[in-house]
Amino acid sequence: MTLLSVQKLAKSFGGVTAARDVSFSLERGEMLAIIGPNGAGKSTVFNMVGGQLRPDQGSVLLNGENITTAAPQKRFRLGVGRTFQVAQSFLSMSVAENVQMALVSCNRESAALWTPARHRYRDEACALLEQLGMASVADQPCSALAYGDVKRVELAIALAGQPKLLLMDEPTAGMAARERTELMDLTAQIADKKGIGILFTEHDMDVVFGHAERVIVLLRGRIIATGSPEEIRQNEEVRRAYLGDEHALERPKGVSPA
Amino acid sequence: MDLSFLAIQALNGLSSASSLFITACGLTLVFGVTRIVNFAHGSLYMIGAYTAATLVPRLLELQFGPLTFWAGILLSALIVGLIGVLIEVLLLRRIYGAPELFQLLATFGIVLVVQDLTILIFGPEDILGPRAPGLRAPVEILGRRFPSYELVLIAAGPVVLGLVWFLLRKTRFGVLVRAATQDREMIAALGINQALLFTGTLFLGAFLAGLGGALQIPRVSAHAGMDLSIIAEAFVVTVVGGMGSVPGAFLAALIIGQLQAFGILIFPKSTLVVVFLLMAVVLAIRPNGFFGRPEVIGGTHAVGIASRKRSVLTPFLWVAVMGALISLPLIGDAYVLKVTTEILIFALFAFSLQLLIGVSGVVSFGHAAFFGLGAYGAALSLKWFALPMEAALPAGLLLAALGALIIGAFVVRLSGIYLAMMTLAAAQIIYAVAFQWVEVTGGDNGIVGVWPSAWASGPVFYYLFTLAVTSIAVFLIMRIIDAPFGYALRAARDSEPRSEAIGLGVRRHRWIAFTISGAAAGLAGGLYAFSRGSVDPTLLGIPTSVDALTMLLIGGIQTITGPLVGAGVLHVLRDLIMPLTSLWRLLLGLSIIAIVLIFPRGIVGSIRAWREDAA
Ligand SMILES: Nc1ncnc2c1ncn2[C@@H]1O[C@H](COP(=O)(O)OP(=O)(O)O)[C@@H](O)[C@H]1O
Ligand SMILES: [Mg+2]
Repeated sequence: MTLLSVQKLAKSFGGVTAARDVSFSLERGEMLAIIGPNGAGKSTVFNMVGGQLRPDQGSVLLNGENITTAAPQKRFRLGVGRTFQVAQSFLSMSVAENVQMALVSCNRESAALWTPARHRYRDEACALLEQLGMASVADQPCSALAYGDVKRVELAIALAGQPKLLLMDEPTAGMAARERTELMDLTAQIADKKGIGILFTEHDMDVVFGHAERVIVLLRGRIIATGSPEEIRQNEEVRRAYLGDEHALERPKGVSPA
Repeated sequence: MDLSFLAIQALNGLSSASSLFITACGLTLVFGVTRIVNFAHGSLYMIGAYTAATLVPRLLELQFGPLTFWAGILLSALIVGLIGVLIEVLLLRRIYGAPELFQLLATFGIVLVVQDLTILIFGPEDILGPRAPGLRAPVEILGRRFPSYELVLIAAGPVVLGLVWFLLRKTRFGVLVRAATQDREMIAALGINQALLFTGTLFLGAFLAGLGGALQIPRVSAHAGMDLSIIAEAFVVTVVGGMGSVPGAFLAALIIGQLQAFGILIFPKSTLVVVFLLMAVVLAIRPNGFFGRPEVIGGTHAVGIASRKRSVLTPFLWVAVMGALISLPLIGDAYVLKVTTEILIFALFAFSLQLLIGVSGVVSFGHAAFFGLGAYGAALSLKWFALPMEAALPAGLLLAALGALIIGAFVVRLSGIYLAMMTLAAAQIIYAVAFQWVEVTGGDNGIVGVWPSAWASGPVFYYLFTLAVTSIAVFLIMRIIDAPFGYALRAARDSEPRSEAIGLGVRRHRWIAFTISGAAAGLAGGLYAFSRGSVDPTLLGIPTSVDALTMLLIGGIQTITGPLVGAGVLHVLRDLIMPLTSLWRLLLGLSIIAIVLIFPRGIVGSIRAWREDAA
């Protein structure tokens, strides 16, 4: 069964149309990339799938269940995990506690009043951090980390919720080129093992074309092309609108020539 | 109830709306540009009234006539405007980037300073101003007499609105003010002289506050205490209208003026309750008031509790402190025990607030509501139901918890400054009820004869009882802070989107925290009632809320033990200094300002930082 099915989503802010008629679907274990220049509406789509924004029109189905208006909390319980474009973590806590917090919530213990939180699910959290190569900073305050590392913590938090669908909005921002590929390799591995479907955006075209099985190209809120990385590379309209003529559109920051 | 009566009530409503609008307009303009909620706005209003009541009679002696009167009013407002400039240059300028809690406290520091200075300069007596020449005779409206000065006031509101509108739309200053209100980043980008803009705005805001106050002198005498009563109303007006919106303030003032005028007919005792309900309903539907914009939620983690390595010495320190406290009756006399009892009670009160502010990031500015509810709950059940202390204390706790449950339902929907204002307004309402419902609460005099049960009476036993109860309560709250629930609260404070994305029910958690915190404050209030033997409305007042905040501030908002230390320090200082000088509020106000500017981390926080630097 289709994991995620998005139908005719639309959203505008005042006069700005951030998304219009956006439809796509995502299977279990698949990696789907959304690309497009800054302001194309990628984050808006992520937020409508994640529950941070309510669409003006259209619907979002997860495993066939309509979650268009469900709160983010409900979506989490149904198996949606995500990272944010601007990293969102708990800066007053240690790295391990960030992950523990997700595990506590996942196990519905967040209203417990007695046993200290720092003793709960510590081993599980450390195991997860180990997997992401973060074991050495487990006890550091999250506020002391470099931005790239905060992004990794976010990924660990998201994975701790045992997601079926993982949304990653620019997961490798702030990392060096080699780190980016490594992190995405690792994510792909974990996703593959657990059958997680991944929707991600990325400005680094090497990462996109190296990891996505399918690519969606968004321009001014509309999907202008969908296909395999190879098809997208060949697509005339995409080349013209996005990859080719640099004067037609502002060139997004951090894009390496594809 | 005939038509003429209704017409007169409506006119009364319009004139109070005008006065409210003129004052609140200044508050909302200052907030729009500086993003500071200026508590001292009510003080400026009071200065305006005192200045006019003193100045105008002198001027009228020189030359009698309407022109002199109005010139005196304007001159008073101008003087207040200059005081506003002084406040901006000396203080506000230094705290534009500070967390809003610190801004609120610092401007409240000004309130305290101004209260003492006003008495110092104008004397402790109320000053009745002169009546306006030419406007002494009442006019007849539908067969009823109506003061003609009120008609002038009714006109003054729209005139000020028109002038402010002109200023905002047609002058360069106005364009900048609007730009700054709508988009903070823009002013930096415009490359304008930001300092001048902010100073100018403060002048305008203070001028309007002074004008609002000065216009009152023919109606009410200038008196101490008018600062806090007007600021509560002005807050409601600006919040309902939407912070930063002048038309919103006008609309809100009109509605509130009418509500007050006709609310008297429905709830003769408590028009404030009606006003509060309006605010609650408006904020429930529109969390940013009529025309307010959503606030940008900033990273507030900087002022909260963070995870730290536990020192191995900490348990020993606790044992030592507890040992000292338990053996205090062996060395201390009755006075020392009484003072320590009160310190323990206030430590619990401040600590309950820490669960909201330091842990949840919920800046409550009306925590006295729950302290007072606990005290009144205990006293009332003793007086009306003859319950013994052992039952009256839990009854007080339950009443406070219930109050927090109800108020919390509204509060947790809000954020930032709207939240602080809602808690403040709620506390003011309960204050008004306690003050005005004389048959039940004893009004201003309160309830006396609230004594503990025989086994717990006497300084030694009541001290030990208080020590036991407060220690257990503080211990329980510490467990809660360390438990997943406390962590979930911190998580929601650090990042709401992240918390929601991992399934945390942010509002529900905050609501529970608000209730627990209210219950703990209520317990402290009950203990306080029995320690003093009486309760009165001051327990519910703004100064009591600010006391709790000051204790947090002195001890350090980022620390768990800070509020406990802060309660001790504030109380001891007050006990030492108050007998020596009549200027305690001035000193306290200056100290609050100094802490905000120099030691924002408080005592415990500074010591910790110093130790960590040394290590
Ligand atoms: N909360 C918002 N309010 C107003 N406009 C917004 C908001 N969020 C996004 N937009 C606008 O919607 C468009 C799409 O933004 P976004 O989804 O963030 O693009 P991307 O992630 O592709 O860079 C942009 O023009 C942006 O300015
Ligand atoms: Mg984006």
